Amino acid sequence: TFKSNPKKQEIMKWNGWGYSDSKFLYNKKGQAEFTGKRYRLSGMIIPGLREWMESTFSANLQHKTPAAPILNSSAVQPPTLNEAFLKELKSTGIPFSHDAEDRVFRSHGHCLHEIFALREGKIGRVPDLVVWPNCHNDVVKIVELACKHNVCLIPYGGGTSVSSALECPPEETRSIVSLDTSQMNRILWIDEKNLTAHVEAGIVGQDLERLLNESGYCTGHEPDSMEFSSLGGWVATRASGMKKNIYGNIEDLVVHIKMVTPRGVIEKSCQGPRMSTGPDVHHFIMGSEGTLGVVTEVTMKIRPMPEYQKYGSVVFPNFEMGVACLREVARQRCAPASIRLMDNEQFKFGHALKPQVSSIFTSFLDGLKKFYITKFKGFDPNRLCVATLLFEGDREKVLQHEKQVYDIAAKFGGLAAGEDNGQRGYMLTFVIAYLRDLGMDYYVIGESFETSMPWDRVLDICRNVKARIVRECKDKGVQFPPLSTCRVTQTYDAGACVYFYFAFNYRGLSDPVHVYEQVEHAAREEILANGGSLSHHHGVGKLRKEWMRESISSVGMGMLKSVKDYVDPNNIFGNRNLL
Amino acid sequence: MRYEVLFEDPMLKKRDDFEDMLEERRNSSDLRYALKCYTPVLYKGLTPCKVSELKQMVLQSDQLGYVITQVSKEKGVTSDEVTGEAAAILEEMAQRLQLSTVRFFAFTLSKVFKTLFRSICINEEGLQRLQQAIHNHPVVLLPSHRSYMDFLLMSYILYTYDLALPVIAAGMDFMGMKVVGEMLRMSGAFFIRRSFGGDKLYWAVFSEYVKIMLKNGYAPVEFFLEGTRSRTAKSLTPKLGLLNIVMDPFLKGEVFDISLVPVSISYERTLEEALYARELLGVPKPKESTSGLFKARKILSEDYGSIHVYFGQPVSVRSLAESRVNRSQFNLIPRHIPTRPSEEILSFVNDSAYRLVRAQEENMVLKPWVLLAFVLLQKQAAEEKQGTALDELTEQAVWLRDLSRQYGAFLHWPDHIPPSEVVSSSLSLHRGLVRISEGRVQLALEQETRGAITPEEELLNKAVVILSCASYRNQALNVFIRPALLASAIHTAASNRKRKTEIYNSFSFLRNMFSNEFILCPGATVQDFEEACYLLVKTGTLQINQQEVLITERGHRTLAFLTSVLDPFLQGYQVVCRFLCEQDGLTEKQFIPAVRKFIIKHLLTGRLRYTEVLSSDLQKNALAALIRLGAVQKIKGYGTLKLNKVMLNSLEDTLGKK
Repeated sequence: TFKSNPKKQEIMKWNGWGYSDSKFLYNKKGQAEFTGKRYRLSGMIIPGLREWMESTFSANLQHKTPAAPILNSSAVQPPTLNEAFLKELKSTGIPFSHDAEDRVFRSHGHCLHEIFALREGKIGRVPDLVVWPNCHNDVVKIVELACKHNVCLIPYGGGTSVSSALECPPEETRSIVSLDTSQMNRILWIDEKNLTAHVEAGIVGQDLERLLNESGYCTGHEPDSMEFSSLGGWVATRASGMKKNIYGNIEDLVVHIKMVTPRGVIEKSCQGPRMSTGPDVHHFIMGSEGTLGVVTEVTMKIRPMPEYQKYGSVVFPNFEMGVACLREVARQRCAPASIRLMDNEQFKFGHALKPQVSSIFTSFLDGLKKFYITKFKGFDPNRLCVATLLFEGDREKVLQHEKQVYDIAAKFGGLAAGEDNGQRGYMLTFVIAYLRDLGMDYYVIGESFETSMPWDRVLDICRNVKARIVRECKDKGVQFPPLSTCRVTQTYDAGACVYFYFAFNYRGLSDPVHVYEQVEHAAREEILANGGSLSHHHGVGKLRKEWMRESISSVGMGMLKSVKDYVDPNNIFGNRNLL
Repeated sequence: MRYEVLFEDPMLKKRDDFEDMLEERRNSSDLRYALKCYTPVLYKGLTPCKVSELKQMVLQSDQLGYVITQVSKEKGVTSDEVTGEAAAILEEMAQRLQLSTVRFFAFTLSKVFKTLFRSICINEEGLQRLQQAIHNHPVVLLPSHRSYMDFLLMSYILYTYDLALPVIAAGMDFMGMKVVGEMLRMSGAFFIRRSFGGDKLYWAVFSEYVKIMLKNGYAPVEFFLEGTRSRTAKSLTPKLGLLNIVMDPFLKGEVFDISLVPVSISYERTLEEALYARELLGVPKPKESTSGLFKARKILSEDYGSIHVYFGQPVSVRSLAESRVNRSQFNLIPRHIPTRPSEEILSFVNDSAYRLVRAQEENMVLKPWVLLAFVLLQKQAAEEKQGTALDELTEQAVWLRDLSRQYGAFLHWPDHIPPSEVVSSSLSLHRGLVRISEGRVQLALEQETRGAITPEEELLNKAVVILSCASYRNQALNVFIRPALLASAIHTAASNRKRKTEIYNSFSFLRNMFSNEFILCPGATVQDFEEACYLLVKTGTLQINQQEVLITERGHRTLAFLTSVLDPFLQGYQVVCRFLCEQDGLTEKQFIPAVRKFIIKHLLTGRLRYTEVLSSDLQKNALAALIRLGAVQKIKGYGTLKLNKVMLNSLEDTLGKK
């Protein structure tokens, strides 16, 4: 079997998050440790994690739930191949495979139920074939053949979906072909006059930034998944990046899109920065979640790399004050590149993830800081919360900007809490995803989900959703109090984006994943009932599609359906997301 | 915390035990008690604040700000003036809860209660549940309302058991009593005008004031669902205004949940017994005045038996609203802009209110005397002049005891004492209402009078006793009402073949007719019918197959009793219809005096059997029902009543056949 790009798959876990060499584990001394060399935390001991995990979840190192170590190929159903399609595909020379590992790797995203099943060695419906087109024209050929032979295509980018978008519909009887865009990963040109770059859609975030950086540019688009997620995936889900306050979300960054559909290729005829040519067809593409076609090439805005970056953090006496501060920052439209507000539980969690400090001086300083905040300033350690900040731009402006933001924070009782805390906060963004795998080794399952809402509802939604999670867990028989926490991750003129983190110890439950899903379902109902959105940037996939009609009205559904019916009447792009 | 939607076997209802809280008061110092250390459990999300800060929060709220701007535009005055007006309203309204005042009341009420009552019994488990509820969520206390005493009693209990003291919505009429009014204010009462229909500003201040206290968990909010004291001891149709206000913060997502706690306060002897009867007969209610209260206090220095206070299961508004209310309807309008509640919300609040009143009713403690009142009133109506022999009375009471227990009544009948003693001690507590001579008992209708009196005066004197007695019987009507409606429906059905559908239709007619009179949840006809059938089948009164209803051998006595329960009301509504048929033009104001005159005339000529139809409560309810059914129409602005005589005639006929 041919594998064009074995690299990625071989350095990544098949049943967990991220790189195979990077994981949390408890060493022989029972101390938590993060392995590998890729991250700042790699190779470090995290002394507080064990106690935090034991006290938060009543987890116990004696009670392990290890994952199945290797994929048992015999558990994978043999592929349903469309011979005529296969024959013509071979003649194009485009690489493909029906190897079990290749198919399983592309059969899922990172929802809890998907990973949980893999860890248990349970494999459901997987694609029958994987193809690796190398360029736009390859995609055109594949789509033509799929239409000709009535084969179901599921585009696959970075595989970081958390909406069941990559799951193969079990009712699909046709041969399912996973169209892996990973080989389409080149920057085709950079236009310095217009500050744009034309890029193939299979490129993953970190490669895009690295390559642009070599020329002194960046896109500034940094979703938390940027190590693995792809440009095409961002377009297909309406992604949002951490630094959107400076660079914008994907819809602000995109200048031109090329997409291959069963009806042919859709693209605009020019690259004007804004047009009044009826409804923007880009908006049918962005958020289409692989139901209409494959995004092959994108022209994106680029910016010169920032001269200066500075992290920061602010401690607030309570979450309410923190939200009020963020709201004021948004009102004055002076949000830094990133501003995030963690609630008290997350603040404590962040503390638990502090690596062992090498110098006595640092730990002395930490102690002093803690004393100052809790004793001298009278902050209640069980109520205080922290905002992390990232400023970017030229040095002078950053310092000016920084002062402005800290001045606002001071009005809401906020105390500057140092660069380290801020920087650690952002670094943790990348390693936090690894932590779920550690939890799953010890009976703890969890996930995050997001929403957006108007400013006046931020506090209400945070409170009600967290409380709903706790109550539902109790009602559903969860034996231990869950972790139910949130943070505000983005600010807008008219509202904010909030992430919820939710995890619990499932000892004593016969079907923990089902319980998890019921609770998440209830939490989403609570979000919607309180005026939050169905999704800010994760998308709908199959996980949230039951709420689409109430979210966008029947007429709205009809509009989207009629587009689907026109573009893809035979449902070649049959992942059944969204509608 | 969930409320059971479907009815369950009432016999299986679990209820807590009672403890007498006066016992300790009789054995230890009242002063020390009044000065005791008071540290209640508070709401977990509470940010403590002062009374003055509360007022500032109200005046600075977005909600009020919006209305102030609106009003100032409409009236063409500056918003400062309107704000001043709002501040004045708030000043008039606001409570000034002070622990010292509560301590003063704790001391004096201890003295008063010990003189008036034998015991004040509380279900302490209910208080534990309440404490938990107060800790977890904002709490609304919903006591039944039978006496002025109710809200002082509530605060007294909460103080005694170290629970958070409530703020209480009270009618403005108390404000007339200068000193007392201020005292009440300092013990947590806030005052609301009786009517402020179109006054936007007043409504905004009032609703915001209540919501802010509730949301912040400042204190449990207490109010009376029935709106006013029930003069008849029947629960009143719930008023929805305040319930609407306190549910709003949940519906709009401003709090995770709110606990509604129904509280049932049962008096063995009501302080206002004769007062209420006179009021119902048309002696106008004396305006509340401090001196009047003292006079009342003097009269009341006798034995009033015991009080039972039952704190019911907290009802979660969240659970009530689950799969009933689509909360996302509030997503598209800023929440500080006042909006008229949707039909969906109104019907939800209405249904919830009925459930809560029923929850109050279910935990009302009934004393043996209540059952005796049934028997004595029925005997009186049957004109058994020589009274009832004591042993017959006892036999009937025991029979009723068993029946009511099967129907789920919360009856406090001391089973370890011989029934005859239970009966005689009940009679002796209520000796003002009964006469016993030569082993025979009857209502004390022939009062000694000085000088000559007219037959009309004599009738009214009798009626005072009868209505007083009826107010005890009424305490148990909720136990019997559904079976009684069914019994009457069966009674009218063709004699040999009693078809279920026909009976259902008749039941439905009666239920609809009397839904202003009794607590019958709107829209629950089928459920009520099934509940009634279930009870009568279970107790061996009826057998019901697919299509027909059969009365069992021993069922006749029960059915006879149940039909007689409804009889006075049937006759009352019938006579109101008759009266209206004979009118040419009538205003709403004239209705009560005129119908009263009409009824007195007919009672004196012996054409009416039930003296209690003189109750203005019944007459008002009948009129309200006729208006609801469209037989009478109110002409707006003039207060005149437009009568649909064809319909009135036919209603009278239908009622007559029952």
